[in-house]
Amino acid sequence: MKPAPFNYVRADSIEQAVEALAGSSDGKVLAGGQSLIPLLSMRLAGPSLLVDINGIAGLDEVRADSDGVHLGALARHADVLANTAAREVQPLVAAALSHVGHATIRNRGTTVGSLVHADASAEMPLILLLLAGSLDVVGPRGRRTIPAESLYIGPLESSLEHDEVAVEAFFPALPPMTGIAFEEVARRQGDYALCGVGAVVEVDGGHVRSARAGFMSVHDVPVVAELTEHLAGMSLSTQEGRVVLEAAVEHAMGALDPAADVHASEAYRAHLARVLAKRVVAAAFSDATHRAATRPAVGSEA
Amino acid sequence: MSTQLFGEKVPRVEDQRFLRGQGRYVDDVLVDTPSATLHAAVLRSPHAHARILDIDVSDVIDMDGVHLVWTHEDLAGAMAEPLPLLIPHPALTHGRTQYTLAKDTVNYVGEAVAFVVADDRYLAEDALGRISVSYEPLPAVVGIESARAAENLVHDDVPGNVAARMEQNVGDAPTAIDAAPHVLELDLSIERSAAMPLEGRGTVARWDHDTSRLQVWTSTQASTGVRAAVAAKLELDLGQVDVICPDTGGGFGVKINHPWPEDLLVTRAAQVTGQAVKFTEDRREHFISAAHERAQEHHIRVGFDDQGRVQGLDVEFWHDNGAYTPYGLIVPIITSTQLLGPYKPANYRVRFDSLYTNTVIVTPYRGAGRPQGCFAMERTIDAIAAHLGLDRTAVRAANLIQPDEFPYDQGLIFQDGRPLIYDSGDYPAMLEKIRKLIGWDEFEQFKAEAEAEGRRVGIGLGCYVEGTGVGPYEGAHVHVETSGKVKVATGLTTQGQGHQTAFAQVVADTLDVPMEDVEVVTGDTRRMSYSVGTFASRAAVMSGSAMHLAALRAKEKALRLAADALEADEADLKMVDGSVQVKGSPSNSIALGTLAVLSNPLRYAFDKASQAATQFSVGDQDKPPVDEDDEPGLEGRDFYSPNRSTFASGMHAAIVETDPETAEIKILRYAIVHDCGRMINPMIVEGQIHGGMAQGIGGALYERMAYDDSGQLLNASFMDFLMPYVTEIPGEIDVDHLETPSPLNPLGIKGAGEAGVIPVSAAIAAAVENAEGFSITSMPISPAELYDLRQRHAEHTSTTSARPPKQDGSGEESA
Repeated sequence: MKPAPFNYVRADSIEQAVEALAGSSDGKVLAGGQSLIPLLSMRLAGPSLLVDINGIAGLDEVRADSDGVHLGALARHADVLANTAAREVQPLVAAALSHVGHATIRNRGTTVGSLVHADASAEMPLILLLLAGSLDVVGPRGRRTIPAESLYIGPLESSLEHDEVAVEAFFPALPPMTGIAFEEVARRQGDYALCGVGAVVEVDGGHVRSARAGFMSVHDVPVVAELTEHLAGMSLSTQEGRVVLEAAVEHAMGALDPAADVHASEAYRAHLARVLAKRVVAAAFSDATHRAATRPAVGSEA
Repeated sequence: MSTQLFGEKVPRVEDQRFLRGQGRYVDDVLVDTPSATLHAAVLRSPHAHARILDIDVSDVIDMDGVHLVWTHEDLAGAMAEPLPLLIPHPALTHGRTQYTLAKDTVNYVGEAVAFVVADDRYLAEDALGRISVSYEPLPAVVGIESARAAENLVHDDVPGNVAARMEQNVGDAPTAIDAAPHVLELDLSIERSAAMPLEGRGTVARWDHDTSRLQVWTSTQASTGVRAAVAAKLELDLGQVDVICPDTGGGFGVKINHPWPEDLLVTRAAQVTGQAVKFTEDRREHFISAAHERAQEHHIRVGFDDQGRVQGLDVEFWHDNGAYTPYGLIVPIITSTQLLGPYKPANYRVRFDSLYTNTVIVTPYRGAGRPQGCFAMERTIDAIAAHLGLDRTAVRAANLIQPDEFPYDQGLIFQDGRPLIYDSGDYPAMLEKIRKLIGWDEFEQFKAEAEAEGRRVGIGLGCYVEGTGVGPYEGAHVHVETSGKVKVATGLTTQGQGHQTAFAQVVADTLDVPMEDVEVVTGDTRRMSYSVGTFASRAAVMSGSAMHLAALRAKEKALRLAADALEADEADLKMVDGSVQVKGSPSNSIALGTLAVLSNPLRYAFDKASQAATQFSVGDQDKPPVDEDDEPGLEGRDFYSPNRSTFASGMHAAIVETDPETAEIKILRYAIVHDCGRMINPMIVEGQIHGGMAQGIGGALYERMAYDDSGQLLNASFMDFLMPYVTEIPGEIDVDHLETPSPLNPLGIKGAGEAGVIPVSAAIAAAVENAEGFSITSMPISPAELYDLRQRHAEHTSTTSARPPKQDGSGEESA
């Protein structure tokens, strides 16, 4: 478990990192290293170049404003999780982050690193997609913003070019009258989930105005299902609402293709997706109702 | 007289070192001189079964920094022969062991094929990547079903893949079963798992040309065994080889096997290169080239009366021994004998086949065949209770050996080749204790309340008896220095059990010296060259007893010298806090250190102790300075060798909750009653029980070796082999003790190391069964599997409709 030989560049600036990556066809960016280093050690990956961005000043920012949460490429999971302003602005980020690995992994691992690793069984790619966030990347052709919906293109594959460095992620703020929930089933605390589901539900007068649910570990990329057309106008705390929710979840299942592994069969993963989706969408609805009651929407103040 | 330490919760002296990161493990040896140490790596077979057509190392030979590359062809003499079969047995008719480096064929993924020594491990692994081996893949035998079918053979010359077939009989079980009022048959299985110590295997060796001596540090449970094996294979005299086992990060059985190919290759490479050579196993290597255990399938036929008393028990089982049998039949023999637990079936027949598969070898893993046996027996008892509609504890009570029946002869031959005779215990008292501790009688109400809330909860029980402290012997050496400090050594090794504390307690008590004055050394063949090893829950029983006996010898000599020096009668003397004193006259005393000075006629007044001793004189002027039966020095050396094993016992109870939707299994309460005789240190015993139970939960709910049909291990990492974290272990574990002293050793102790793991799968299976209402016959069980069982039972119930699901039922009445 020792990596094969590779070249190493410790970049002092983003420009230097981009330049180094541009000079190699298979360079990899090293941030927290929580996924990359084990892959190197097991010789499952053998890039000829590692570009270490840990020395670049200013990349570790965690900033929350009224738009949402902005995370620099070196913001560690633990720093994001500990940031109360970020939690206020978009509680779903913290709700999901608490399931990422263990404290030691969160201390070192970066949220942006997790986003670009593009693992369909990781929490943060799903959350970015579910919240319709975005990722800013810098390459030889300049800086661009990749919307989450065009970021995840295949298993462990993002739409970043090999010479681009992710510099900042953006998670939009939680709108008023909106609630969130996240739940996952993992074999052990901190493991990759067998299935995880997050939901964002917006209410209006005790009824659903919009709803979406995101699924992890049940497809080769994170999947978000739009549930608004099924649930709009429903109260999910009624028997009728629960029946409708069940049908909506069943509809969402059509977009999923769970795979078997040593921990779970396809059928069990699909079952978990159903169970968790129902629980989580209902919980997000309650959360929204609760938030609407305790923090009236701007419009109602008029 | 200072406070007696035996039985006290003395804090572990080694924890200061371990918790501060100051432990010194094999990989820490010679780290201060990195340039002087070479590093080894092993090329391992990627195939479960293949013929080796060619190995090309030409791309490696000229690599900078590579010192040596070997394949089987480079080995000669004993090194080119198969590894030793450590424990032969007449029933092991087709024992096979691997070569140090594979010759002609490979029989499991991970088998050693080539060996490289380089400046560092990075280079060594680069070199492995340049070795080209061409294989002709052969069909792989994976799993017991495939081994039994024997459509393919692991070894061409082993028909049916059967390494051994063994049978033992007490009475006539088949006849008794046929005559019994009730008969049940069950099929029960346990999957393959592994011990997974946090520190893997490792060996460092250095050859001294000037003295022609080999020094070896290795992470082992038997340093004397490694010494003998290395000497034999390298064709050295035993006296040329020193083996030291430094701090060790766990063993749990896997490190009892020896020699590993790497032990021999590293020591030989040290001899050839003249430099120190180090091999530190990485985790993937440990998964695919150390050892596994547990995989067994059992078929049980049991006959019983209306009270659930077993009249005949007929057990047939199939043991997956992996590709080779270096450790003989120990595991299945233990299952076959210890399966009986605290019960006394009137008639018993047990038969097993030990089968080859193209998987990693099997050696004992904590519990060593007992978790499987306990699972088989306890599931059988639960099935009897379900069949008769009796309380599960009542059926157990009806079958228990009674306190007045000890010593109780089960009529079988145990793993040590001696009769299986239980020395002591009180199983009915233990059953009462566990019922109270878990709240057995109150559970029905709790279950009803939980069910009213839509929750599913269940309770289960597992009982076991464990033969511990197997022979043949262990020794100890006690040396009182002139400073009064006591240096003691025993040959068996330590993997974190707290021996430095427990043995010091025994010696400090026997000599009445402060515990901090006692220093314990283990596993160093320079200090004690005769030893067996640390396994079979034997260290406290064997070396604890030997420590006591050796200390008694030192005490005897101290009293004799003191009587002479103080001009008193030995009978009037006593040991008090590091000195010998005339009873009733505390001022009339002499320090042990002073006695150590007096014990040596050659007296150089180098230190204060020597000067202090000048006021005394001992010895008879008419006799030689060292008398005929005497030796210089205040020392004691003795060996403890019992007739038989001593039998510890225990009962576990678990209350679990299963999620009606996700099928997740949560342990709500866990209770343990444990009897290991007199406890040297109850805190260490409880630590062992907690750790064992945690490992048991791993075996019950998380850990398994996921081989695919081609023999690839799919989960060979800690990401996918699910060793439970502290978050998966119940926060509160209720432990109660029962102490029935063993009559077989001077301290009345029984082993405690393995116990905690044994009944966990049995107890949790029973609890899940109780929660779900259908039988659990295979462990471990994951949420995915529980979900699958629910689906199958739902289908079964909907198709057969009429019959309600049996509560707590398993097995079916045979025709």
